[in-house]
Amino acid sequence: MGYYSALRVLREGLTGNRGWKPLWREPDPKAAYDVIVIGGGGHGLSTAYYLAGTFGLTRVAVLEKGWLGSGNIGRNTTIIRSNYLLPGNEPFYELSMKLWEGLEQELNYNAMVSQRGIINLYHSDTQRDAYARRGNAIRLAGADAILLDQEGVRAQYPQLDFDNARFPIKGGLWQPRAGTARHDAVAWGYARGADARGVDIIQNCEVTGFLFEDGVCRGVDTRRGSIRADKVAVCVAGSSSRVMAQAGIRLPLESHVLQAFVSEGLKPLIPGVITFGMGHFYISQSDKGGLVFGGDIDGYNTYAQRGNLPTIEDVCEGGMALMPMIGRARLLRMWGGVMDMTMDGSPIIDKTPVPGLYFNGGWCYGGFKATPASGFCFAHLLARDEPHPVAAAYRLDRFRTGALIDEKGAGAQPNLH
Amino acid sequence: MVIDHPLLGLRDAAEFVYLGDAALLERPDATAADAETRFYEYQYLRDNPAGVHQELWFHEQGDHSWLVVTRNTLTHEILCVELARDVVLARRAGA
Repeated sequence: MGYYSALRVLREGLTGNRGWKPLWREPDPKAAYDVIVIGGGGHGLSTAYYLAGTFGLTRVAVLEKGWLGSGNIGRNTTIIRSNYLLPGNEPFYELSMKLWEGLEQELNYNAMVSQRGIINLYHSDTQRDAYARRGNAIRLAGADAILLDQEGVRAQYPQLDFDNARFPIKGGLWQPRAGTARHDAVAWGYARGADARGVDIIQNCEVTGFLFEDGVCRGVDTRRGSIRADKVAVCVAGSSSRVMAQAGIRLPLESHVLQAFVSEGLKPLIPGVITFGMGHFYISQSDKGGLVFGGDIDGYNTYAQRGNLPTIEDVCEGGMALMPMIGRARLLRMWGGVMDMTMDGSPIIDKTPVPGLYFNGGWCYGGFKATPASGFCFAHLLARDEPHPVAAAYRLDRFRTGALIDEKGAGAQPNLH
Repeated sequence: MVIDHPLLGLRDAAEFVYLGDAALLERPDATAADAETRFYEYQYLRDNPAGVHQELWFHEQGDHSWLVVTRNTLTHEILCVELARDVVLARRAGA
């Protein structure tokens, strides 16, 4: 693989850049593995990386239907943060934040992790009180949160519409350690690291069914033949229901589309990440200058990676209310990704009722920030058959037992989370 | 998307509120022995198909009718729109 360093860049530059090699092999599938991970996206690749790197399992394969990183890891708005309220969530996302902080050194790969801070704006006294409570919960869990008044927000973002007649900006909850990361590089970095540790990453290898023996999952059928495994781990995000249906398991989730948008490149305008508090709108600026923003999911079941115009209008209204100058920027690109929206808005990392079959999904539209911890905790579960302490609440049976983790308090209505 | 309302004709989908799978019309019998399991499945589990899906839409900014819309979740093509009331009455008549 070759270690990446400034010295290496210099040496390659002086020798015609002939020493760079592909980041991962393209192996043929073997007959059997210890663990098969279905899904070569961010979560699948990080699961494989930690299985091999941290938990010492080297007979691991990642099976990807298309090409590596072609799903939501390449279709998100790149925000990383750990500013959740509930005890079932916050320690997990804080573990993820800590893993992000050391990720590039761990992977020896530039994932462009940039802790540029996120500010959730509040617009009323009651919302300030709710944010103060959330900030306290965040700090109790060992993460960082600072409640800003209007002057505090103005010092960072003087261009916002503070005196908006309908939704004046009163302040914000600031998490300085939050930020953004280069989404594709996260997939490539994990893939390179996993491959170097012996993981077989097999692309264009769709799983078409599971192998069962006496009710135990013993492997998968694929377009490239059957592959046996002691454990099969499903990490397929928006396709969770389709894949798990092949094992006869119905899931507590619906697939929805979330749209995202990038403007033309502008001069530096937004140093961090801002979220509007009176509608669903979040925005940051990429290193290339494009404003990256998004809002709500469209709200109906879909597997199409595109949405409809009313949601686009709604998102843009949020942007206009927050910073009217955005109306002068032209939209360069927009796209949609398929989200596996659960009934309480929180994810699932758990065994399934079928021995040998493990499930990781239901990330709603918040999966990117969770990529490192999701992989780490899922690898922990696969290697030791017991949940990692910070992911212990992400049980598949919590909908039956009533131990829901409903961050938004919206109930069993996936399009409201 | 444009929904062809049985009474009002073509209406913008933005006028509607989406509830979910039309299986929600089949509320379980609360007096059944396995009511707890059936309500868990009714409330939380979904088929979530990729393809033809029957779903409930509420015409909130219109005549407040509930519709059963048959739609393809891969293409967003709307195949059939019925009043939920008619669907339920037809099922009862058939049962």
